[in-house]
Amino acid sequence: MKSQLAAWTFVAPAVTVIGMFFAVPVAAGLALSFTDFDLYALADLANLRFAGLDNYAHVLTLPLFWTSLLNTLYFVVVGVPLSIALSLGCAVLLQSPLARWKPFFRTALFAPVVTTLVAVAVIWRYLYHTRYGLINEWLGAFGIEPVDWLGDPRWAMPAIIFFSVWKGFGANMIIFIAALQAIPDELYEAARIDGASRPQQFLHVTLPMLGPTLFLVSVLTMTGYFQLFAEPYVMTQGGPLESTVSVLYLMYEEGFRWWNLGRASAVAFVLFALMVAVTRALMAIHARREAA
Amino acid sequence: MGREGAVAGALLAPFLDRNPGFRLRVEQLPWSAAHEKLLTAFAGEATPDVAQLGNSWVAELAALDALEPLDAALAEAGIDRADYFDGIWRTNVVDGRLVGVPWYVDTRLLFYRSDLFDRAGVARMPDDWPGLVRALDALQHSGVAHPLLLPLNEFEPLLALALQQDEPLLRDGGRYGNFRSAGFKRALAFYLERFARRHAPYLEGNAIANVWQEFGRGTFAAFISGPWNIGELDRRLPETLHARWATAPLPGPRGPGASTAGGSSLVVFRRSARKAEALKLLAHLSRPETQLAFHALTGNLPPRRSAWAPLATDARAAAFLRQLERAKAAPAVPEWERIAQEMQLHANRALRDGIAVDAVAAGLDARVDGFLAKRRWMLDRA
Repeated sequence: MKSQLAAWTFVAPAVTVIGMFFAVPVAAGLALSFTDFDLYALADLANLRFAGLDNYAHVLTLPLFWTSLLNTLYFVVVGVPLSIALSLGCAVLLQSPLARWKPFFRTALFAPVVTTLVAVAVIWRYLYHTRYGLINEWLGAFGIEPVDWLGDPRWAMPAIIFFSVWKGFGANMIIFIAALQAIPDELYEAARIDGASRPQQFLHVTLPMLGPTLFLVSVLTMTGYFQLFAEPYVMTQGGPLESTVSVLYLMYEEGFRWWNLGRASAVAFVLFALMVAVTRALMAIHARREAA
Repeated sequence: MGREGAVAGALLAPFLDRNPGFRLRVEQLPWSAAHEKLLTAFAGEATPDVAQLGNSWVAELAALDALEPLDAALAEAGIDRADYFDGIWRTNVVDGRLVGVPWYVDTRLLFYRSDLFDRAGVARMPDDWPGLVRALDALQHSGVAHPLLLPLNEFEPLLALALQQDEPLLRDGGRYGNFRSAGFKRALAFYLERFARRHAPYLEGNAIANVWQEFGRGTFAAFISGPWNIGELDRRLPETLHARWATAPLPGPRGPGASTAGGSSLVVFRRSARKAEALKLLAHLSRPETQLAFHALTGNLPPRRSAWAPLATDARAAAFLRQLERAKAAPAVPEWERIAQEMQLHANRALRDGIAVDAVAAGLDARVDGFLAKRRWMLDRA
């Protein structure tokens, strides 16, 4: 009993902080999502109505919500594999015994991760510029017509995906490098003696050994990518024609631009439920693999 | 806020000289964060005494009951309502009560290349829609492929066309959208037709990098914009082009047309504990001399006719004076900004997907009625 009390005393500060800054706001947000809290309610709480599941019904029947969900899924489905493939590829290349200048390349490829997102987003906006941007100039050298990257509804999302992958792949690359270093050389040696080619070594030694790391990296990257917000906020403001409105961007607009905090909370919880579901699915797949 | 915040010190110096012992603290906000900060200040009971407010926010803060009614106080201070442009004044009247005083005004009109118009055989800017269409046709024939720039990321041009109609944009005291009215449909059809007939290029905002440069090159011969562009064009166009552009009020369906009534207002917050001093400050900033000094510092246009006398000698500014006489306030409901954005979004979709005007108007009304649902409930309960 006494040791229990001591234990609680020790964790009390942490529990209090988590309670105050996590549990209470989340509970308040959940409560808010069942009301129509808006500008009028801010003026006078008497204008607050209990809305039951109205906000959820409204969000789920709102065409823009489905557009934003599709946009977000587009971003996740294309962006996450691309980001992981790129970081894994770079990690393998950097681990190769043939690679020179390893520390330099490691730093250079990691550098975008530590830059400020808003600042580089502004710079990328210049790169993407239709008439004076560097990217169109390069494409022009191959005779490709200029593309209105951020102004054309078909190209805006690919442009944002490309930027996000560039910005984020370095972090995963470092994790992969650490994991690759942990693979014992004897395994490769044995594989070589058995006559395995390089691609075979990668498929049958490297990838299985990276299993847990791959799982961790996919879960982390995916949850991060679901929360797409700053890139469209800085680069396109959700446009053109709502082609880069993400779920989180929709929440921001509802909440802080139009001050419908009840509805914005409902959007947040829908996104939360979605992320839990997808993470669970990934975990189930992972567990089945482990079992097999 | 923004540039106005930066010059506030210079503007207030004479006032402080005349009122020794008056302590004043100016807080500058960037425009991009101002709206959020004001609402947060309201929620946190930390509103300032006096503030500049974009006049599209006035209705919103009035709905919060955050603003002090000014009718009586202004009459006492000798501020003459009749000296102000009517459309601008009305943006500060919410539910019949005055809650702000116009500080500077902004309206949209045509900037055009007079040399290109001459070359096309259009001697002067027409003042009605049919005349404008003929002029645009003539410009096209003379070699300007898309003579009129209407940026798709701005709602002001379409809003100006809509305000030129007789029907109000909202009906039943701001309870419902009125976009299915014949007037709005006429405005929308006119707007969409400019793109269909290639009078205006179909471009998203990003595609024109530098409006001034392209205007100088003659990529387009006219665009709809606000007073700040007088200064910008002076600064950015090469010397040779300085005499080759002009401004003109917007043509209307039948003769000179209305335009938007934008700008900023000064308000006193209800929670202020120093209302008498706040009003004194308001009176100083509203004096014609102060407004002229303000114009000299920022290029912002004064909202009082008496401050205009020295400005109206400039032909480019004079067009603004004429337009301001016909500026028309948008509906003063807190939801307005969102409604205006939605209007532009529906127009853009119509352009992209070729939706008929009737269907656009019906879709827009349905959305707007949704935005106004809470307002209806509030009004009907009261």
